Amino acid sequence: MFGFDKRQQNGVPAGAPDAAAQPVSASVQADLATPPRLSIVLFSGTVDKLMAASILATGAAAMGMQVELFLTTWGVVAFRKDDWRTNTRVSSDYADYGPAMRERMAAKHVSSWMDNLLGAKEIGDVHIAACSMTMELYDLKLDDMEPIVDEITGVASFMHQAQASQATLFI
Amino acid sequence: MATAQVIDRNVDAKGQMCPMPVLTLAKAMKELQPGQVLAISATDLGAKRDIPAWAEKTGNQLLEIVDEGGVLTFYLKKSA
Repeated sequence: MFGFDKRQQNGVPAGAPDAAAQPVSASVQADLATPPRLSIVLFSGTVDKLMAASILATGAAAMGMQVELFLTTWGVVAFRKDDWRTNTRVSSDYADYGPAMRERMAAKHVSSWMDNLLGAKEIGDVHIAACSMTMELYDLKLDDMEPIVDEITGVASFMHQAQASQATLFI
Repeated sequence: MATAQVIDRNVDAKGQMCPMPVLTLAKAMKELQPGQVLAISATDLGAKRDIPAWAEKTGNQLLEIVDEGGVLTFYLKKSA
């Protein structure tokens, strides 16, 4: 049947040697029926934090989680149409790492945070909302934002999502 | 070394860094029929843990992991 000689013990789940189709466990079935949720408040607009947020969102989406990304303050600013193409901001404490970070990302063909999110939307359940407060503060309309932004909502909508989430992050 | 199983889809994720391997895997699995087998090769340091976690969470079956000098190849079967 299979050559299991080189199987890595700690990576293979119990019961794997059975080559026949394995029944899906109850907990997985429950997950597939009502997927666990991840809510992220994306307050930041620097590329280092946008990368972290996008990887978390993408990983969660790939795992079958329902992801709610709530953009606020600099997160809204970073999602304005085309802003991501020229955004090279890094957290000020690490400004000196900025050039090296960009260089390494280019050299290692790391996909951009926007590309990660586009991929996440394609394979999973990802909803991106922009904070109405910030939108109004900067006189922004949904049309001014990247198409990946689904709608404008407020804090109550986000809290509704967060209450139903297994994990809520502030980035 | 290689399994005797027919591989329905081969995915090369070598050189891809987190989150690309699981993203690439999720995308490829979508195109498979239940019961089909996919092989994905990855060099990402996190893949050894990430791909089994993905399989467990999504209810797909991880058949085997083969380690050849830093390249891990995961064999997965799509569940119903």
